[in-house]
Amino acid sequence: MTHNGTDSTDLIIVGSGPAGIAAGVEATRRGLRVLLLDENAAAGGRVWQAIEARGAGDAEEDNGLAMIRELLISDARIHHGAEVWCIEPYGAGPGGTVFWNENGAARSARASRVLLATGAIERPMPIPGWTLPGVMTVGAAQIALKTAALVPDGNSWIAGQGPLIWLYAVQVLRAGGKLGGILDLSDTAARWRALPRARRAMPDIRKGLTWIDEIERAGIVPLRATSLQAEGRGALSRITFEVKGKKQTEAADLLLLHDGVIPSLQITRALGCGHVWHERQRYWRPVTDAWGETTVPGILAAGDGAGVGGAAAAVFSGRIAGLGCAHALGRIDGATRDREAAPLRLEREKALASRPFLDVLYAPRAFVPDDATLICRCEEVSAGQIREAAARGCQGLNQLKAFTRCGMGPCQGRMCGATAAEVLARARGVHTREIEPLHTRFPARPLTVGQLAELEQEP
Amino acid sequence: MFRRGVALPWTMIVDGHAVRTREGDTIAAALLAAGTQITHRNPVSGAPRGPWCMMGACFDCVAVVDEQRGVRTCMTLVRNGGRVDTQRD
Repeated sequence: MTHNGTDSTDLIIVGSGPAGIAAGVEATRRGLRVLLLDENAAAGGRVWQAIEARGAGDAEEDNGLAMIRELLISDARIHHGAEVWCIEPYGAGPGGTVFWNENGAARSARASRVLLATGAIERPMPIPGWTLPGVMTVGAAQIALKTAALVPDGNSWIAGQGPLIWLYAVQVLRAGGKLGGILDLSDTAARWRALPRARRAMPDIRKGLTWIDEIERAGIVPLRATSLQAEGRGALSRITFEVKGKKQTEAADLLLLHDGVIPSLQITRALGCGHVWHERQRYWRPVTDAWGETTVPGILAAGDGAGVGGAAAAVFSGRIAGLGCAHALGRIDGATRDREAAPLRLEREKALASRPFLDVLYAPRAFVPDDATLICRCEEVSAGQIREAAARGCQGLNQLKAFTRCGMGPCQGRMCGATAAEVLARARGVHTREIEPLHTRFPARPLTVGQLAELEQEP
Repeated sequence: MFRRGVALPWTMIVDGHAVRTREGDTIAAALLAAGTQITHRNPVSGAPRGPWCMMGACFDCVAVVDEQRGVRTCMTLVRNGGRVDTQRD
């Protein structure tokens, strides 16, 4: 593709969550020309979603809103509804060309540095019936709450594990919503394994216990369940789960699932960045240096997309990456960069203090989906078909495409990659990190010929 | 199911029926608020599907929006008078 007439800038940031916003603030303060591309309708990412419309709810959100406002009045150009579908690194030097869709047309811009602040996705949680309409993720329901004031009513259930299920339940109750119940699917034994790491996590543990207390005072007693399935003809109508070895069925028209979050790797994989395996949380993350730079020169990653650490840590990672870019592009000297980054690194350490505890307490469920359970939602490939492919010699996720079409649908493996690797690894008797991950390719988002044709007309 | 208690001055036409909504809603949120959980049918089995992730990743909330197929309703804002149809495949 030609670079003729393509806009050029210092730093392109992809994503306007905590990491992207903080990086933008830091970079503009240091005099960098910043272009921020975000696929949502407004700034904030997931945690601060719709914050300008709904207002800040706590001190962390106050800080987020202040940063968003600072960026809005800065020289940074912010595009919402902008979906990045390709990044072409220069190859000869750091930086590259970023392509995105906006208002039905493809556009592009060049930058000396590109920061990926693309956040996390919820870990897929394939249970029987999880594709039925009425079954969604907890994160999805939280987006509906934050952007559109939707609250669950009546026969709505939350199931899974992780801080988000408790936080969301509290938010629902405070917003006047009703829940049928909460199924805690975490491993009881994990509490004992996590205990030695609890001391540094005390503030978060206290917060979590306050949430659970608030939920119980509202009359909801979370049930410790060991299995769960969603049932219904055409849409969810009931759930069946096991508590203390006893099966129980309840009416349900909304089931919200959650099993933690994992980095969104669609772009770093397609770029060919190096990745490392995170054993406790069983996910891949891009390798980054002290300033957030990936193994591809001039391409950086910060926030949960570079390894899940939560919003507070993402702010500091974003600012550190901003400082790194300001130095790399000659706006500040090395001494200034290091001096300014030192306190941010300390603050980030503090923000990450409870991670070792949370990573062990909420280690991904070691569940084994039965043969009939769908793993690939798009192509409807079941766990049994993946096991059959393994028996026929399938080694990794890219071969699995040829065997089953798993990962070849419109979601491009976002909803099946992580769990298909687990099923295949178990079937082959190898560690999950030995399973070759999906090769993701650009375009990372759907692109019509009409949109692409608009690219040529860029002034 | 979901519900909400806000004013809904806009209208969109879903499979020929008027559904109340408001400026700034995504189509998916407006559908869920109106009790509509199904947006399309999976092309492999024909099974009904609806919003799963609400953040543009899963493609299970696609529908026909103003006659354009395969539109992710969770990433598309409602238009007053806009048309949304269940995608049959």
